[in-house]
Amino acid sequence: MSFKPVLLWSDALILLLLAVVAAGVWLLRHNETFRAPLRQVLASRMGSATALILAVYVGIGLLDSLHYVERLPDEPGKAAQYSGEVKSALDKLLSPLRENVEKTYSAPFATHLYAKETMTGPDGREVRDYPRLKHGGAHLADPDQEFWPDVLKRGGLGVLGGMVCWTLLILPLWQRGRTHSALAWTLLCILVVTGLLVALAPHYHVLGTDKVGQDVLYLSLKSVRTGLLIGTLTTLVVLPLAIGLGIAAGYFGGRVDDVIQYLYTTLNSIPGVLLIAAAVLVVQVQIEAHPELFDTAAARADMRLLALCGILGLTGWTGLARLLRAETLKLRELEFVQAARAFGVSRMRILARHLLPNVMHLVLITVVIDFSGLVLAEAVLSYVGVGVDPAMISFGNMINGARLELAREPVVWWQLVAAFLFMFVLVLAANLFADQVRDALDPKARGRA
Amino acid sequence: MNGLSVENLRVEIAGAGDRRFLPVDGVDFTVGADQCVALLGESGCGKSMTALALMRLLPEGGRVTAGEVNLQGDDLFALAESAMGGVRGGRLAMIFQEPQTSLNPVMSVAEQIGEALAAHRGLAGAVARAEAGRLLEAVGLQTDRLDAYPFQLSGGQRQRALIAMMLAGEPEVLIADEPTTALDVTVQAQILDLLKDLRSTRGMGLLLITHDLDVAREMTLGPNDRVAVMYAGQIVEWAPSAGLYAAPRHPYTQKLFAVLPRLDRRGERLDSLPGKVPAPDAVFAGCRFAERCPAVFQRCRVEIPGFHEVVPGHFARCHLAEAAANPSLSPYGGFGKGEIEGIPGRVEVVAAANPTQTPISPNGGVTKEGSEPSVLEISDLAVHFPIRKGLLKRTVGHVKAVDGVSLAVAAGETLALVGESGCGKTTLARAVLRLIEPSSGTVRLCGESLAGLKGEALRRKRAQMQIVFQDPFSSLNPRMRVGDILEEGMAALLPELDRIGRAHRAADLLDQVGLPTDAAGRYPHEFSGGQRQRIAIARALAVNPKLLILDEPTSALDVSVQAQILNLLADLRREHGLAYLFISHNLSVVGYLADRVAVMREGRILECGSAEQIFNRPAIDYTRLLLDSAPGQV
Ligand code: SF4
Repeated sequence: MSFKPVLLWSDALILLLLAVVAAGVWLLRHNETFRAPLRQVLASRMGSATALILAVYVGIGLLDSLHYVERLPDEPGKAAQYSGEVKSALDKLLSPLRENVEKTYSAPFATHLYAKETMTGPDGREVRDYPRLKHGGAHLADPDQEFWPDVLKRGGLGVLGGMVCWTLLILPLWQRGRTHSALAWTLLCILVVTGLLVALAPHYHVLGTDKVGQDVLYLSLKSVRTGLLIGTLTTLVVLPLAIGLGIAAGYFGGRVDDVIQYLYTTLNSIPGVLLIAAAVLVVQVQIEAHPELFDTAAARADMRLLALCGILGLTGWTGLARLLRAETLKLRELEFVQAARAFGVSRMRILARHLLPNVMHLVLITVVIDFSGLVLAEAVLSYVGVGVDPAMISFGNMINGARLELAREPVVWWQLVAAFLFMFVLVLAANLFADQVRDALDPKARGRA
Repeated sequence: MNGLSVENLRVEIAGAGDRRFLPVDGVDFTVGADQCVALLGESGCGKSMTALALMRLLPEGGRVTAGEVNLQGDDLFALAESAMGGVRGGRLAMIFQEPQTSLNPVMSVAEQIGEALAAHRGLAGAVARAEAGRLLEAVGLQTDRLDAYPFQLSGGQRQRALIAMMLAGEPEVLIADEPTTALDVTVQAQILDLLKDLRSTRGMGLLLITHDLDVAREMTLGPNDRVAVMYAGQIVEWAPSAGLYAAPRHPYTQKLFAVLPRLDRRGERLDSLPGKVPAPDAVFAGCRFAERCPAVFQRCRVEIPGFHEVVPGHFARCHLAEAAANPSLSPYGGFGKGEIEGIPGRVEVVAAANPTQTPISPNGGVTKEGSEPSVLEISDLAVHFPIRKGLLKRTVGHVKAVDGVSLAVAAGETLALVGESGCGKTTLARAVLRLIEPSSGTVRLCGESLAGLKGEALRRKRAQMQIVFQDPFSSLNPRMRVGDILEEGMAALLPELDRIGRAHRAADLLDQVGLPTDAAGRYPHEFSGGQRQRIAIARALAVNPKLLILDEPTSALDVSVQAQILNLLADLRREHGLAYLFISHNLSVVGYLADRVAVMREGRILECGSAEQIFNRPAIDYTRLLLDSAPGQV
């Protein structure tokens, strides 16, 4: 075997999450209360289109979560040796991108470096000029002449390929009348873009390169996993705390309420960044004190990421909890809750059946807004130096790198734009999708859709 | 032309998609000086929309598609919006139902009246303040209330302040949209008197919008006054109140009278008005009331009836009225006087009425009052809420919401608890159900004390009493299906039923309360108010209670729906031998349904006796005041 799978902690969590979701769907597959909203979301134009986009992101994230180490060439007489560098399935797929490293910055589609260098010309004279790139457009003999025809040819082929794939995929569905236009158009867009990238990316740096010459497209794709992880894991920490404490405070009142209010007022009165910075530093010290626990750099970075999610979650639940407390205070006086109490329905059931579903819209909206906030928070924290591991590829680190170069003349804009583009599509799709889910969960709005 | 005249008013509201609603479809009427016109109708008939159209305050998407409104010769629909701003609140003023929300909570009364004075009469400073004081006196408030903020005023005072504000512009016509619906009956009587006084002293026209037949009658006793009955966006009957209340001519109006619960109808089944108001986007080929009309005949379905003058000054939109107007034309004759039922008036009740309302014991025998074992016995019940102040929340005093109440309800008996808002009747109900812990006193249910019961024992006890709330919109969880709502109580209190048994029982219950069986799979918002109240009743019945606490179960409903619910309650009482603790402020409903009545005020029971005794020979002044305040007595 030439490789060995590696299970990082975050991979394990992702697998667990997937298993839980799959089991939930399996158990609820006959439950009408669960299926009807789901069907409505997927049947709506916006719902199906955004679900597809999210699925692409999740797919990239999942591919990037299948980690392995490569086996080093056998040395006779020794046990098998493995590389210390952890790679993922996505790395394997993108290996041309990963390996085509330039010296430093280059603009999107550039054939020359972004900085002048002193070169020795064929005639032996030293000149200062922009050198050709090692990989980007390296196959062109005369970039000035051949650049456009080559890009158009390859691009055209890519678009064509994407369309062919689309036709093959969509035709059988279309014949059975199982699909509708919004979904089909989204799929077309995704496939055409993918086709373009597949055709062009191996030969050009479609989104340019960064300071150490890494392909920005590669960095952006790798950042997706980090972003999704931070968003999802933090939300998973926040939700039980916020929902449990918020509703409990509102419903039970009295001492319970006092304690919970005290808790979140205290948490809120400490500056967030300071608290997070302190916690991250503690974790960092712990990680450094026990190097034996982490056999690779990736494992170390991963642990730091998890710690960050945990800390963001532990400090981030107060806003939602306060919102839920207020809403619950209002709801618990409503007569349907009183009626349930008159039936002697247990408190837990009242919380779960009567209160939770009626605050779910608030939870959903807040979670989606927080999700985008978290991806951004990561950038801020990386700036302060307490974000994810600097070696880890993330939107935060990308933006930080770009920030330093914005003052440069001429400006290096592509890193920022790439990060922005990828985040924008993700956050927008998540927002629109959440809107659909909220409408579908509301029986009143359901009739309207 | 003096006053306000409305001609052929049509209002259209754009709905979702291409749907067009016509809430008001061809309305004509006039309101002269010192005249009161009462626009009477059930919810959804277009009466409020008419008022908003007159004020040019239609909601988003609504517009006037036809018609003309003339105020003292000025065409209101032709005015520029800036000019209309001067008319609105000035020459044409409007007061709303909810005194809570129609005053700005952060402005004092003087400031709010001052605003109106500045806008419409250009007064400011000391002059304005003096004028505001005079207006307050005119509406019966002390001038020292000038600097009060709305939260410092009671509901009735707020409504007075609002009226003072509206008088600031010296209106020629005042529109009052359900001005007393949110108020207690004694306060209602005062406000109605105030409106009558103001009308005659200021020579103002008054357009009163109401759903209450008694209020409409009370306000239109003068010879010039008119009542306009609205149905499905049109005025179907127009008459002086004497004529209308003595002999309603339109079948709809006749039905409205027939469904009213009254003391003298005890034990009778109330007449019911089947079906429901047509949707506002319905298209009519004939009479709008044809689907529900008891007198419908062939012609009604194909020909739109005209507005016929039955007797001078009394119009009705009905083919039969045409015949009545010209008896020679008609093979059917007109209305016989004998067809007209239910003319209200204060009727002395003969005791020992119908056997149906005599208490029926569970074994079916008719028993005498008193010998019956009590289902519910309350003795010396008190609920005190602590008033906490300061940082450490020390208790500085108590609000005595319920202050030593003793009551008993026998099996199969209906005890009505009557009182004005804030008298503690709802708190009492909740304390009986142990939704609130009583401070002292005992509640015995079927002979067993509830105090100290915990866990399983309390739960079993809960199955014996249930509650139906006032507001059918907040009493059902909007996110649960009706089937689940009904089964929830069973799951908690009838553990012997399995899932299938519960579903069967839920279907059964829906049938009993007259809902289709497919209702179980739907969500509450798909039902009308009356249907929701039926669901709430079915939910309470699900666990086989012996006692049902009904907390104003019909006060959020239209009269025709109210009649159906009251009939349902009477049926259920007969079938299941249920005892009711019926909480209400509506005396005519109480008179219709209750065997015994307890009058409550400030947390105490003032008087308790049989319905017949309380209504005919009240022992204390307060009861007499309540009875006398009820509107519509002639
Ligand atoms: S016209 Fe016919 S349907 Fe309409 S109210 Fe008269 S009798 Fe009834």
